[in-house]
Amino acid sequence: MNQPVDLLPKFENHEEQETKFTTCYMCACRCGIKVTTEGNQVRFIQGNPKHPINKGVLCAKGNAGIMKQCSPAKLRSPLLRKPGSERGAGEFDEISWDQALEILTARLKKIRQTDPKKLAFFTGRDQMQALTGFWASQFGTINWAAHGGFCSVNMAAAGLYTTGHSFWEFGDPDWDLTKYFMMWGVAEDHASNPIKIGLKKLKERGAKFVAINPVRTGYQAIADEWIAVRPGTDGMLALAMVHVLLQHDMFDDEFLVRYTNSPRLVVNTPGKVGDGLFLRNADGEALVYDQQRGTLVDGNRVDISPALFGEFTTDDGRPVRTVMSVLADKYLVDDYSPEAAAKVCGVPADTIERLALEIAHVAFEESITIDCEWTDWAGRKQTQFVGRPVSMHAMRGISAHSNGFQTCRAIHLLQVMLGTIDCPGGHLAKPPFPKHIPPNLKPARHMSPNTPLTSAPLGFPTAPEDLCIDGDGTPLRIDKAYSWDAPIAAHGLMHMVISNAVKGDPYEIDTLMLFMANMAWNSSMNTANTMAMLREKKDNGEYKIPFIVNSDAFHSEMVNYSDLVLPDTTFLERYDTISMLDRPISETDAACDSIRQPILKADRDVRAWQEVLVDLAGRLDFPAFKNEQGGNKYLDYKDFIINYERAPGIGFLAGWRGKNGDQHLVGEPNPKQWEAYIENECFFKYPLEPSQRYYRHANKDYLELAKTAGWVGSTEQILIEVYSESLQKFRLAGQGLYDGPMPTDEQHKQRLREHFDPLPYFYMPLEQQRIDTEEYRFHAITQRPMFMYHSWDSQNAWLRQIASQNYLYMNREECGRMGIADEAWVWIESHNGKIRAQVKHMDGVEANTVWTWNAIAKAPGTWGLDKDANESKDAFLLNHLISELLPPKQSFADITNSDPVTGQAAWYDLCVKITPALDGESGAWPQFEPVNPLPNQPSSVKGISYSTHQNVNIKRSLKDILKRGKQ
Amino acid sequence: MKLGLVIDLDTCVGCHACATACKQWNTSGTIGPLSDQNPYGKNPIGSWLNRIRTYEVKEPSADPRLPSADPRLLSADQKLPQAHQKPPSDNQESSCGSQQFDLYALATKGESALSFAGINSATGAPASKTVHMPMSCMQCEDADCVTVCPTGASYKRAEDGIVLIDQDKCMGCNLCSWACPYGARELDEEQGVMKKCTLCVDRIYDEKLPESERQPACVLSCPTSSRVFGDFDDPSSDVSRLTIERGGKGLMPELGYKPTNRYLPPRETAQVPAMAKTKQPALSKLKKWANRVIAR
Repeated sequence: MNQPVDLLPKFENHEEQETKFTTCYMCACRCGIKVTTEGNQVRFIQGNPKHPINKGVLCAKGNAGIMKQCSPAKLRSPLLRKPGSERGAGEFDEISWDQALEILTARLKKIRQTDPKKLAFFTGRDQMQALTGFWASQFGTINWAAHGGFCSVNMAAAGLYTTGHSFWEFGDPDWDLTKYFMMWGVAEDHASNPIKIGLKKLKERGAKFVAINPVRTGYQAIADEWIAVRPGTDGMLALAMVHVLLQHDMFDDEFLVRYTNSPRLVVNTPGKVGDGLFLRNADGEALVYDQQRGTLVDGNRVDISPALFGEFTTDDGRPVRTVMSVLADKYLVDDYSPEAAAKVCGVPADTIERLALEIAHVAFEESITIDCEWTDWAGRKQTQFVGRPVSMHAMRGISAHSNGFQTCRAIHLLQVMLGTIDCPGGHLAKPPFPKHIPPNLKPARHMSPNTPLTSAPLGFPTAPEDLCIDGDGTPLRIDKAYSWDAPIAAHGLMHMVISNAVKGDPYEIDTLMLFMANMAWNSSMNTANTMAMLREKKDNGEYKIPFIVNSDAFHSEMVNYSDLVLPDTTFLERYDTISMLDRPISETDAACDSIRQPILKADRDVRAWQEVLVDLAGRLDFPAFKNEQGGNKYLDYKDFIINYERAPGIGFLAGWRGKNGDQHLVGEPNPKQWEAYIENECFFKYPLEPSQRYYRHANKDYLELAKTAGWVGSTEQILIEVYSESLQKFRLAGQGLYDGPMPTDEQHKQRLREHFDPLPYFYMPLEQQRIDTEEYRFHAITQRPMFMYHSWDSQNAWLRQIASQNYLYMNREECGRMGIADEAWVWIESHNGKIRAQVKHMDGVEANTVWTWNAIAKAPGTWGLDKDANESKDAFLLNHLISELLPPKQSFADITNSDPVTGQAAWYDLCVKITPALDGESGAWPQFEPVNPLPNQPSSVKGISYSTHQNVNIKRSLKDILKRGKQ
Repeated sequence: MKLGLVIDLDTCVGCHACATACKQWNTSGTIGPLSDQNPYGKNPIGSWLNRIRTYEVKEPSADPRLPSADPRLLSADQKLPQAHQKPPSDNQESSCGSQQFDLYALATKGESALSFAGINSATGAPASKTVHMPMSCMQCEDADCVTVCPTGASYKRAEDGIVLIDQDKCMGCNLCSWACPYGARELDEEQGVMKKCTLCVDRIYDEKLPESERQPACVLSCPTSSRVFGDFDDPSSDVSRLTIERGGKGLMPELGYKPTNRYLPPRETAQVPAMAKTKQPALSKLKKWANRVIAR
């Protein structure tokens, strides 16, 4: 503004201020931030305009980072449960770091020397899984995973088993070119700022935005069309659209022929070994019918014209059909008609048909082309990229159902049929994705004392042989991942660890080590019972989980149930990497990674967890952390990050490699790499050439780059798997027709037969199949408030003023029929228990659905909150109602309440009944005993007046007052 | 100059980023500190200069004898000051006029309900719309909050039209907040003085900041760029242009305070034609799919 500045005082003493860049950690979005400090205090946190993720903007949480830093809940020193005190009583002694690490080292050393699997190391909102997973591998335990098992593994796995990428970290809609955007089940969650930036672009361009969600808050509110789908039925909706597309020949046959396995021939011999597998030649190559030659040929050949449809008979008399013929047979039946879907989804049939015809119109009649020379996988020069400008994004509301894997596959099928995968205007991958399908990495199985694993604990099975089970089918992992319970549990099942360990099923463990995981509260299903399990003892008086170690920066509910507490730093106090080896921050047109650097000096006796891990790795003599002389190879975390190479030239950070820092993606370690990142505002961006930006599953220039950078193992075409032969192999095992490991338990057989369909299909969520749906007639789900989404690790003084109590939102008309007044208290009851909560009426919620904000409730006395805080007295957790096990079924053993394919926790499957509370019944229930204050906890404050300097007031002159502002 | 904000209701998703950005900047700014009471206790409440309310608005009844349905507050924030619990209106504490702010007309351009998203019973969706409504000082041209101030602390700057409060002269009598129909002024309990939006007067003229950052904190931060800052006196400014192009409206102009800020109503719903259906549905030709010869 052009204003004579001398009229105004000098407000800020910029000379006393310092500005640094780093990466936000108020949620999993990982935006770039520019932080201005004054003294050792934060003056202002703003978005970094140059940052690829947030481009200068910042959400409500990021803007409240100051209050996270000021939280009285910050842990201040290592804590040891007082000898003789009970776990959960909250009686701790402050100890030194030396003592803490000696205790831990002694314990872990013994486990490692004897039976490494007795250490279960599970991390919550971990943004450095490449490090924690590597640490677990070096320790030699397969019992490691992060929180993906209850977060989004269905989304991730379905994508990686279908298109080689997926939503969120794996890919994004082409916000700049898409003309039609369909958002499925996004409970205002991943990814925070990129979605908002993208929606703005759509609205400015007049692109159509359709929101499919039972609840109309946040993004849904600005959608051009809101589809109030019944929870758990999105798969049916997507497949009914597939039905319409097939019915009217509206699919991209060129895309299907060139880039997918649709022309492959499937053996059609029901009841026989080999049924449903691809017909292969002697070399094991899958065959197609070549229309030019009129014979069956290797489908990988370049010089062929495969038939998309057709039924044939092999020389040995076996009937075979193309995948597309199988697919047409499957979806063209009335079971998947819009009319059938309408009954299931609660969306009118003509709406479903219209949506399908609209996306077909945009894909095929509003196609776009980008003139650009590129080379396809076979080395053929192409002159343009064809774009089908329909894009989709799906998240929590799809993922957290027990049918989420197949539903997510159904959404991908819709995208594939329209040819909108990695094309202009469609859904674009983000490096290091796409990967070959599935990524060529098998979960580790073999453990022996004092020995690292030979591969990572997590991977991608393609057949029953890859499972982590022993000869008689017993799970090898404590969470039973990669067992018959959940064969493709690509992110593990963190939600089953406590329950299984307490039962000693499949075995007992010694130490449970957690990082940023609030398993005693909102990160567990069945919370109250989980808290009881953590206190359960054996006959000899020892806890069933003998030792619990917890690293967190804040006083979460889990701290109270820990034996050893290792206080972490806040995100403004540490070095960190958001690595390409992990969950990077890439954009669709660039490979990106980033770091954090300390902005503030920690004022407590705390250590960053990654520093502790590197320290422990040395103390425990992990081979990768030792030099030839037996000394520690790395000085500290920073040194490890620079010098560790996973493969020659490939390390945690991709930018400024090489001795002189002049090489990117691949290069020798650069001793000044951290400095280079800091110089470049803490992120690295490697833009792809225009010729490398689309069709990357079949783009030679891109695949060669990806191989060099270590993102993929080969430059072969990434063939999109419409039909998953891997799933069929598991199904054959369930049918007793597999030449390899097969389950013996009838329940397992049934799950494999039904749920390992090689083509996406719809089934009712499992909880609904086992309860009385007349009695428990409401679906109960959670949305995540944008101002708190993923803002797990503090109770923020500003954000809690926006909401400190959650309500149960119910459809207004439904409440009218049930006689439930606005703000009335009600009982919410599931097969697992009951809670009491306060209702708010709402029009924008599907009539059979009730919902609330996630994770507002806190146990009294935790998180630095007063015991009578609204979060403890009025707010409630739906988690109490959700069992970690499916409702019992006669003659079937207890089994996890999870997706039968991936083990994704099915916390969106919850069904409840609602009854008005009686007069006098008010307040949230259950209530919990207040947690004792920690030994060094600051006393509660009645008020805050945060400021980094005395304010400089603008004085109004007496003259102006006398003239009443007239000039 | 006539400085103010344009707020785009077409793209505001109610994320509260602008509210916390404002709180964050201004608590150490010229109007700061902005205190918080019971920050970790029961019913936490503090001074904010910008709050977001979320309403559900219903289609008015076809029967003209029936009053239009009140917009209903959906915000998670139940601890809003009393004046914020309903849309700006002639609330009892206010001394202003008697008109009711017509949120429905704003959110729908006053057109037929079927013409915009959400209110369309044909898709099975309830006949209502969710509207996110950020509210801060409107920098009125004829501001009663200034007129009623007994100490001269409240004033409107002649240079740029920003309404400010001299913190040293304010005695915390609350008259101005009663005079404000928008609920834009909040008495700071700890400081005992009135707080309000300054349009970040301590940012927008600060030549030490990069030019692109000389904007109110809320505008810098907004993830959907739904907030635009500028000079309404300059016809070529973004705020003037957007107001004309999108039919920006001031809130309750009938009260006569001449609010400067403008709200942009939602755009027309995007329409996409359906692809024409084939005459011969595939169901009848399951075994007879025509294979085009497509080279792999």
